[in-house]
Amino acid sequence: MSESVVRYVVVPFAQIFVILNVLMLGVAYLVLLERKVIAFMQVRLGPRRVGPHGLLQPIADILKLLLKEDITPARADRLLFLLAPVILLVPAMIAFAVIPFSGEPFTVLGVEVTPWITDLNVGVLYLLAISSLGVYGIVMAGWSSNSKYPLLGSLRSAAQMVSYEVPLALSVVSVLMLAGSASMVEIVRAQAEQGVWFAFWWPYPQLVGLFLFFVAAVAETNRAPFDLPEAETELVAGFHTEYSGMKFAFFFLAEYMNMILAAAVVSILFLGGWLPVTFGFLPREPLSVFLGGATLTGSFWFFSKVLAVLFVYLWIRATFPRYRYDQLMRLGWKWFIPLGLLHVALTAVAVLVRQG
Amino acid sequence: MFGPSEMEINLGPQHPSTHGVLRLKLKLDGERIVHTDPVIGYLHRGCEKLGEDRTYPQAMVYTDRMDYVAAFCENLVYVETVEKLLGVDVPARAQYMRVVLAELQRIASHLLWLATHALDIGAMSVFLYCFREREQILDLFEAFCGARLTLSAARIGGMYQEFPEGWAAEVHRFCDVFPSRLEEYHQLLTSNRIWLERTQGVGVIDGPTALDYGVTGPCLRGSGVDYDVRKAMPYAAYRELEFDVPLGRQGDTYDRYLVRMEEMRQSRRLALQALQRMPDGPIMAKVPKRIRPPKGEAYHVNEGPRGELGVYLISDGTETAYRCRFRSPCFTNLQALPEMARGHLVADIIALIGTLDVVLGCVDR
Amino acid sequence: MDDDAQVRENAGQSAPPLSRVAARLREEQPSALIEVVDGEVPAVRVRPECIERVCRFLKDDPDCRFDHLSNLCGVDMIALSRPSPRFDVVYHLYALSSGGRITLKAAVDDGAEIPTVSTVWRTANWHEREAYDMFGIRFAGHPDLRRILMDEGFDAFPLRKDFPLEGRAKDHGNWRKPEDETAGGGR
Repeated sequence: MSESVVRYVVVPFAQIFVILNVLMLGVAYLVLLERKVIAFMQVRLGPRRVGPHGLLQPIADILKLLLKEDITPARADRLLFLLAPVILLVPAMIAFAVIPFSGEPFTVLGVEVTPWITDLNVGVLYLLAISSLGVYGIVMAGWSSNSKYPLLGSLRSAAQMVSYEVPLALSVVSVLMLAGSASMVEIVRAQAEQGVWFAFWWPYPQLVGLFLFFVAAVAETNRAPFDLPEAETELVAGFHTEYSGMKFAFFFLAEYMNMILAAAVVSILFLGGWLPVTFGFLPREPLSVFLGGATLTGSFWFFSKVLAVLFVYLWIRATFPRYRYDQLMRLGWKWFIPLGLLHVALTAVAVLVRQG
Repeated sequence: MFGPSEMEINLGPQHPSTHGVLRLKLKLDGERIVHTDPVIGYLHRGCEKLGEDRTYPQAMVYTDRMDYVAAFCENLVYVETVEKLLGVDVPARAQYMRVVLAELQRIASHLLWLATHALDIGAMSVFLYCFREREQILDLFEAFCGARLTLSAARIGGMYQEFPEGWAAEVHRFCDVFPSRLEEYHQLLTSNRIWLERTQGVGVIDGPTALDYGVTGPCLRGSGVDYDVRKAMPYAAYRELEFDVPLGRQGDTYDRYLVRMEEMRQSRRLALQALQRMPDGPIMAKVPKRIRPPKGEAYHVNEGPRGELGVYLISDGTETAYRCRFRSPCFTNLQALPEMARGHLVADIIALIGTLDVVLGCVDR
Repeated sequence: MDDDAQVRENAGQSAPPLSRVAARLREEQPSALIEVVDGEVPAVRVRPECIERVCRFLKDDPDCRFDHLSNLCGVDMIALSRPSPRFDVVYHLYALSSGGRITLKAAVDDGAEIPTVSTVWRTANWHEREAYDMFGIRFAGHPDLRRILMDEGFDAFPLRKDFPLEGRAKDHGNWRKPEDETAGGGR
């Protein structure tokens, strides 16, 4: 096999295959993790019966959803009804093309493989663009259901997602200023060079940016406390009312995949990606190779950070009440956007100060 | 009938947050509520008619099922009305026992209220924490009378048995732990920004209007009107016990929340006082085996967790009542819902149903 | 004195002097009153056509100030040997400021009307709807007199003494009593 075929076809396909599988498993087990974590916070135990400690619960859930009757409402727009979950899920998946899971390439069977599928030099822009495509899926779902409540729910959800794109982008802009590049890999390398995660950057730690990005991401993924469009205890049941079976599963997969994506992006942009946790003073060298090589150790640190961020997601869901829709929009537009703008300005000043 | 942009939707009898079968017909102008029409009667079981066909002791069992969350307070008001008809003096020890049980019931009822109110607004964990406390109280009830929810623990003339061995110690143990738990709920909700935004200014009703609508209980006290039957027309042993009645100021959902939280603290205080001051003596007055009150009538009210519970009995000299009327606080409080909901958004209706603490069994009887 | 207007006092105690409220009522609305039985809770029988006037007086008068209508219900008097006027409407009032209580009663016949007091206390609205629903008592001037607990199309008045406790056979739908089952009528 020629070298270019291997490099441009075999390796990427293998990477995609591995990443998608890991992702799917990860999403399924994230659902279990959520149920367990929230249960423990609520003085109960969560799933315990299916497999030891409920570990086979996701398998059972997937089987159940696969075997459930797939109902399409009689007056629904069949094509759009079928496409909507797909359009919601696919952007979540393809966004992972630019996420670097570790720092160093490794060799397998004499071929060098990078721990990222591709390193676009506009990786951040790619991510923002792709994640916005999910809004189409939601609007389609509500519209094609041909029913009052899903329509209202989907419009609200779409408006919510679009509104919170702005604070998201603003916090990303500040990181771009610090890193000098929009490539995900370069951003982490910049943090390695400067010796500090961007969240704790000097003279202006990007904690505000982290907060803004995280909250905006919670709103983007329709998670509590911004989950009014899909909350069962409120009046409008949400855009996925009319869905059942595997299509319904797609919505949930998409939501959790977006959660993992958001956690991964937070880790990369603000928490140093695959860099080890040194608290500023521990020596970096042993910590970044202790698991038998830079690649493996790097991915260990990366996944730990992603898990930590996901834990915060779950923690928030167990704790806070839900925002009413108008309060949610007011928060996004009147508080977060000005805060984001201020944050960008301050970051710019800090960059100048550091350079000068 | 309908304006150009008005729409009517149904918060149907089956809905996760109506806590029972309540139907609300909402007339909306965009997102704003223009008019609310509650449709009730889905849980109507004819308790008033049944009261006319059963003997007085038999009919008491039906009172549990009306306000099933505050069963003992319903039992108590019925039993006290019959005692009024008979002209019977209940022994002091039984009066104190009744206070202990009524106050524990009040705490249990308010815990259920908080659990469901918080759950509807989205704070899922509070639901489970409140139920953890409620379980302890229900275990206490079970130890006393064998039932957790529908107690039927009072008897005409007093109480039918003493508190079991070690029961009072269990109550003390619960009361020792309870203040820290209340603190937990306060930490989770009272100054939480989202909670404040969802409850402050929502469902404002001022004192005179609330009184005009016949609202009683924490909903009325949240609007600043000082009317608590335990202070106004003391029954059982309340005349000899000290407690405070919390009052709100604005009459919004947040004030009613604070009033009920404080009431839980006061109920604990009352229960401990009553246990401590309980005199010795008999627990049952001399009441004939067959209860046949002389001809006459009596109307007696009681402070339930939801408001003023009342029973109006007309006796025709036989073993069964001639007319058995149950004055239900939830029925009257629910009437104020359209007034409270006017001008609010659809998502606030859920908070309002929660704050009125509606139990459909009590509304429909 | 009517049995149903008699409030039971502790045996042996003599009746207290005429209370302030009863005195005021006698002063201001003599023509509306049929009978006043004084006591800790005065029981007053009022002419039905004057009930709204009396209630408004009791609410607004500075000496009385009965601002809380605690209970409003109907009573079917037919089995107490009073077939006409058939119903009694009973009002239990409470004054928050003074702690005073009073019971009003007004007699209405089947098919006749009695003025509504929902203009005096808004809480009376639902109570009167329930009295209509359960007894068929009509309230003149009520803004929205329709059934409240029973189904809108229901055609009888359940709390009347002539309505059977188990309901009428035609309302039972698919429910059969055990006796009907064995009589050879399984479904």
